[in-house]
Amino acid sequence: MASLNIRNVEKHYGDLRTLKGVNIDVDDGEFLVLLGPSGCGKSTLLSAIAGLAPVSSGQIVIDGVVVNDIESAERDIAMVFQSYALYPTMTVRRNLTFGMRVRGASRQQQDEAVKRVAGILQLDQLLDRKPSQLSGGQRQRVAMGRAMVRQPKIFLFDEPLSNLDAKLRTDMRAEIKKLHQREKTTTVYVTHDQIEAMTLATKIVVMQGGEVQQIGSPQTIYEHPENLFVARFIGSPAMNCISGTLKLEGADAVFVGGAQASAGLRVNLGEISAGYRPYVGKNVVLGVRPEWLAHSADITSPELIQAVVDVVEPTGSDNFVILLACGETLMARFAPGVGESGQRVGLAVDLSKALLFDAATEQRIAR
Amino acid sequence: MNTMTTITESATGIDTRALRRNMITLVRRLALYAALIGFAAFFLMPLVVMVFASFKDMDAIAHTSILSFPTHPTVQPWVDAWSSACVGTSCVGLRGFYWNTILMVVPAVVISSLIGAVNGYALSKFSFRGANLVYGLILFGTFAPYQVMLIPIAKMLALFGLSNGIGGLILLHTLYGLPMTTMFFRNYFMTVPQDLIKAAQVDGAGFWTTFLLIILPMSTPMIVVTVIWQFTGIWNDFLFGVSFTSGSSTPIMVALNNLVSTSAGERPYNIHMAGALLSALPTLVVYVLAGKYFVRGLMAGAVKG
Repeated sequence: MASLNIRNVEKHYGDLRTLKGVNIDVDDGEFLVLLGPSGCGKSTLLSAIAGLAPVSSGQIVIDGVVVNDIESAERDIAMVFQSYALYPTMTVRRNLTFGMRVRGASRQQQDEAVKRVAGILQLDQLLDRKPSQLSGGQRQRVAMGRAMVRQPKIFLFDEPLSNLDAKLRTDMRAEIKKLHQREKTTTVYVTHDQIEAMTLATKIVVMQGGEVQQIGSPQTIYEHPENLFVARFIGSPAMNCISGTLKLEGADAVFVGGAQASAGLRVNLGEISAGYRPYVGKNVVLGVRPEWLAHSADITSPELIQAVVDVVEPTGSDNFVILLACGETLMARFAPGVGESGQRVGLAVDLSKALLFDAATEQRIAR
Repeated sequence: MNTMTTITESATGIDTRALRRNMITLVRRLALYAALIGFAAFFLMPLVVMVFASFKDMDAIAHTSILSFPTHPTVQPWVDAWSSACVGTSCVGLRGFYWNTILMVVPAVVISSLIGAVNGYALSKFSFRGANLVYGLILFGTFAPYQVMLIPIAKMLALFGLSNGIGGLILLHTLYGLPMTTMFFRNYFMTVPQDLIKAAQVDGAGFWTTFLLIILPMSTPMIVVTVIWQFTGIWNDFLFGVSFTSGSSTPIMVALNNLVSTSAGERPYNIHMAGALLSALPTLVVYVLAGKYFVRGLMAGAVKG
C-alpha cells in the first residue's frame, strides 16, 4: 500500500531521449495503466520504477521516499513480466517462495504465504509442478502469485496478458481486476491494448514518443482526449477526424469541411461558445466518435450530413458502418440491422459530445 | 464384361508400376547401406588392428596378418602395459601416469568450467560497457597457437615455482581452457531470457545468488558439453605435458609416447597397442556415457527451445 510519484523523469541513451520530463502521481490503491504504442517509453518507465534501469534525471518517489538510489530488491515492489520469467528449474512452490528464501524468511512464513496466495489464485494443485508442466494461463497465475506472495507496496505489470489467447486474456483481465478490488494494492500496469487499459484502470496515462500525452480516468480519456493523438489512439473503431475550418454564421459556429476531400461537408455546432470564438476562420479538426453519429432516414435536410453507406461490418451487438460523405470516409456505429451498402442516409452529429481540435497544435479546443 | 477387363488390366498395370517403384527403392536402400557399412569398416579398421594386436603374443604378431583374429588370446600385453612395461628408464607400466593425469584433469576441468560459466554469465547477462570487446579478446584466445607461448610459459612456471609438476599443468590447462569454456557458456546464456535475471533482481537475489540458484541449475546441457570438451582436450594433451614435465610426473600421453619409443631389441607391438587403448579408454567412456548430451548441448544454442 503506497503512493508513487514520478517527478520530471528523463532517460537518455546518448542523444536518444526515451523519456522526456515525465510527471505522474499515483495515489494509494490506484490502478494506473501506462498506455501507448510500441516504443513510446512505457516499458522504460516501468523498468525505472522497478529499479531495473536507472533514470538520467528526475525522481521516483515511493511513499514519500526518493528511491532513485535504492536497489530494486529494497523498493518493496513486485513485478509480473510479459514472459512470466518463472524459474524453470524450480517447482511452483519454490518459484513462489524464492524471494522470501533469498530474504531469509522462516519456513513457517513461507508456508503461510504460499497457502494464502495459492488459495486466491487456485494454485493448490500445481504447487509441486515445474513451469514446463503448466499451461499458459497457469504460468500467468504463478507469475502473479510470485508477485503477491510478498505483499509488496506496489505491483508492476509489464504487458502480462499479451502472451495469452483471446479467451484466456479476457478471463485473466477480469481476474486481475477482481484481485485489485480485493487487495487494493497500488498497481502500475503497462499495455498497448486499449481494452485492457479501459477495463482495468482507475487512471490511464497515454504516452507517445517518451512524453505523457494525457492523464485521466478511462472515461475522460475517451470523451475528452486532450489532443489528436489520444483521440485517434483510443477507441476502436477510431474517432472520425475531419479537417476543415470554423466559420461564424449568425450566432452559430459552423464547421465546414475544408480539405479538398471533405469540401462541402457542413456541421452546425450551435451557438458559438467563448472557447470557439478565437478559432473562427482558422483550420480545425472535427472529432466525432462512431457512436456520436445518429442515423436518420431524412436524406434532404441541410442540417444533416448526407452520406452513402459503403461497407457494413456487423458485430452482432452493433453494425459498424463505413460511409462516404462529401468525399470523406466516416465510421458510424448503428444498431444491428441498420444500414445497407449503397443506401443514402442522413447523419446527425451529437453536438454535446463532438470535439474540435486546433489543426496547428493538435490540441483540443475547450468550448 | 468389357468394362471388367479394363478394370483388371488397369489394376494390374498399377500393381507392376508400384512393384517396380518398390524394387528401385529397395536397391537404392541396399546400395546406401552397403556404402555406409563399407565406410564404417574402413574407419574402424585401425581400431580393430589395435584391439587384435593387443590380445596376441609377440609370436602371433610376427607370424599372422594384422587383420587376423587372435587365435590364442592373452591379456598379458594389457597387464604388462598397465604395470610393468618400460616407460623411459623405469619399468613401472602406465598405472602411475594414469593417476598423474587424473590428478591433473579433474581440477583443471572443474576450475576452467566454473570460471568459464561465471565469465559467460557476466558477459551475457550483466552486459557492461566494452563487454563485447572483452568477449572478442577472449575469443581471440581460442585461435592462439600454444607453440608460440611455450617459452614465455616456461619462464612463468619457473617464476611461480611450478615447473615440472602437475600443479603447473593444472594452471596452464585452466588458463587455456577459459576462452573455450567462456564461449560455450556465454553463447548458451545468451538464449536465457533477460527477464529471468530481472525477476531475480526484483526478488532480491544478487549476482551470485542468481547465478547459483537460477542460472547454474538450468545449465546442465552446457555443463556436460564443457566438461566433455575440457576432459578430452586435457586428457589428450601432449604438448604441455612433454614441454613442462618429465620422468614420473608426466601425464599419460607423454608416458605412452615414452613407452612406445623405449626400445631394446624387438618392439613389443602388443604392449604398445594395449597401452594406447588404455590411454584412450577414459575419453571413449566419457563419449559413450555422455555423447547424447554432448550433441544435444551443442545444438542448444542453434535451435531455440
